[in-house]
Amino acid sequence: MKSLRVMSKRRRREMQHKEVLRVCSKLLIPLIMLFALYVQFHGDFGPGGGFQAGVIFASAFILYALIFGVDVGMKVLSPGARRFFLAAGLLLYAGVGIVGMLLGGRYLNYSVLLQDPIAGQHLGILLIELGVGVTVAAAMITIFYVFANQDDSE
Amino acid sequence: MLMLNLPALQVVLPLIAAPICLLLRRSDWAWLWATIVTWCCLGIAICLLSKVLSTGAISYPIGDWAAPIGIEYKIDLLSAFLLVIVSSIGAVVLPYAHASVSSEIPEARIYLFYTMYLLCLCGLLGIAVTGDAFNLFVFLEISSLSSYVLISMGRYRRSLTAAYRYLIMGTVGATFYIIGVGMMYMMTGTLNMSDLANRIPAVEDTRTIQVAIAFIVVGLSLKLAIFPLHMWLPNAYTFAPSVVTVFLAATATKVAVYALLRMIFTVFGGDPLFVIGEILMILSVAAMFVGSLVAIYQTNIKRMLAYSSIAQIGYMVLGISFITTTGLAGGIIHLFNHALVKGALFMAVGGMFFRIASVRLDDMAGIGKRIPITTGCFVVAGLGLIGVPLTAGFISKWYLVSAALEKDMWLIAVLILVSSLLAVIYIWRVVEVAYFRAPPKRAAVMSEPPLSMLIPLFILTGASIYFGIDASRTIDIAMAAANFLMTGVAQ
Repeated sequence: MKSLRVMSKRRRREMQHKEVLRVCSKLLIPLIMLFALYVQFHGDFGPGGGFQAGVIFASAFILYALIFGVDVGMKVLSPGARRFFLAAGLLLYAGVGIVGMLLGGRYLNYSVLLQDPIAGQHLGILLIELGVGVTVAAAMITIFYVFANQDDSE
Repeated sequence: MLMLNLPALQVVLPLIAAPICLLLRRSDWAWLWATIVTWCCLGIAICLLSKVLSTGAISYPIGDWAAPIGIEYKIDLLSAFLLVIVSSIGAVVLPYAHASVSSEIPEARIYLFYTMYLLCLCGLLGIAVTGDAFNLFVFLEISSLSSYVLISMGRYRRSLTAAYRYLIMGTVGATFYIIGVGMMYMMTGTLNMSDLANRIPAVEDTRTIQVAIAFIVVGLSLKLAIFPLHMWLPNAYTFAPSVVTVFLAATATKVAVYALLRMIFTVFGGDPLFVIGEILMILSVAAMFVGSLVAIYQTNIKRMLAYSSIAQIGYMVLGISFITTTGLAGGIIHLFNHALVKGALFMAVGGMFFRIASVRLDDMAGIGKRIPITTGCFVVAGLGLIGVPLTAGFISKWYLVSAALEKDMWLIAVLILVSSLLAVIYIWRVVEVAYFRAPPKRAAVMSEPPLSMLIPLFILTGASIYFGIDASRTIDIAMAAANFLMTGVAQ
């Protein structure tokens, strides 16, 4: 355990010298996140969707933590926030289903969400996939931090 | 609107409750929330059962997409019965859990425990509700993944290896199942169970379907821990927290038995059934004897009961393997009775553990005089396990024996009785230590576990006696469910 910590400190010192990596990752991270959002919101027209988008989005965080150190990464997204997003995505998914139910359809019927059934289907799938994306991203980041940090708070 | 959506709410309620439980964080709130939700689930299950009894099977298209294309939830008598079994155990266990969990699991993780508990309940209920072969896989994974986590929360170091071993075996089982489903999909182009049942006879003789049947039966057998695929079960039950052992022993394997019934009777039916029946009969008789014999030599009570579970699963599968109405009814009744009996036994052991912090037989010396009520419940439930008249176990064994005699299988009938005698031996070993061995000299005076643990124990023990005296209700339901399943065979 202790040796792991020491290793990671030394590793961080080494990383501080690797300017190319640091600059490139800083350039890449916003693009990765943007691409994740593209995959997320374009999912109903082309290949993609919530799961893939979530994984890509999480990879931006993981890259950041790899380059700048896990504890710096942890500051960006605290364990409490991760836990919140884990729950929020699932709640969004299930909540859309419940709203459909309250508006007179069966569970997960999106047609009743708006006046126009087609627009309703569109909105429904968008929200559902957003829920999937949020939970998947939070889950991936959590898995990475737990492995990287032996985080006891999980 | 509420009544119409009950099939979905049965699953969605614990599914939504789980993330809310995660956000609550405080262990008492999480417990209270989980308790409210599970009792609501029980209410929904009872509503569904009474609705099915009065108006017949319910079909519920998710998202209003019609059946073969969309996912269909289908609740017939068997699934409604199972919903009541699972949700009532789930609800009765939670009041018991409060004291037991706070003594066995670190405070900071208790809310995670209840989150996982709700997810596991959601998966188990989902398996019973769904009418879609792929959706069943999804729920199987939800329940399995959360039960791995629950087991790993045990306070022994070996809890982790037990959970890991279960994870490996469970994943192999789920993979086999999904390979089988994929092959069926390849041949029929559908995943809906009743649609599959219509289309499979046309392609039944192809090798693909035969291989699919083999994969599905082996995969589900792993999940229900039928002998020789039972190796994950003893450690998982022994090293899990007491509450988890009660819950999983009373529900998880039962749900797997249900999934097996659903697949081989509703989906396959016809000729392959009799081949599967013959194989299952040999394995289940072996399970009855191996499980009971190994149980006799255990020094850890939880492990002893775990091996006894393997034997009892043998009885359930034996009932199925006759492929007659009586046999099936026997299997289904035993599924219910064993859930009550084993739930009560593990609860009693959990109560002893709460006081003496050990489940070793040697440490139980004189415990019958130190905490007489808990030990008394253990003995009464133990009688149910043996199958003494006026207990629930007697009813199910009666049906199993008469199913064997119906088919002129005298040997099987004798084997059922002989293996029941083995149960006498291992229950007697506990009785002997608990009542006839003097308690250790330095033993402190001990009180019974708190009332919150005793009352659920009374409920389950009482139910195991009640359903042994007045079994007409359960027998009616089991017979009707068995008749319904057998119509699938006659086609």
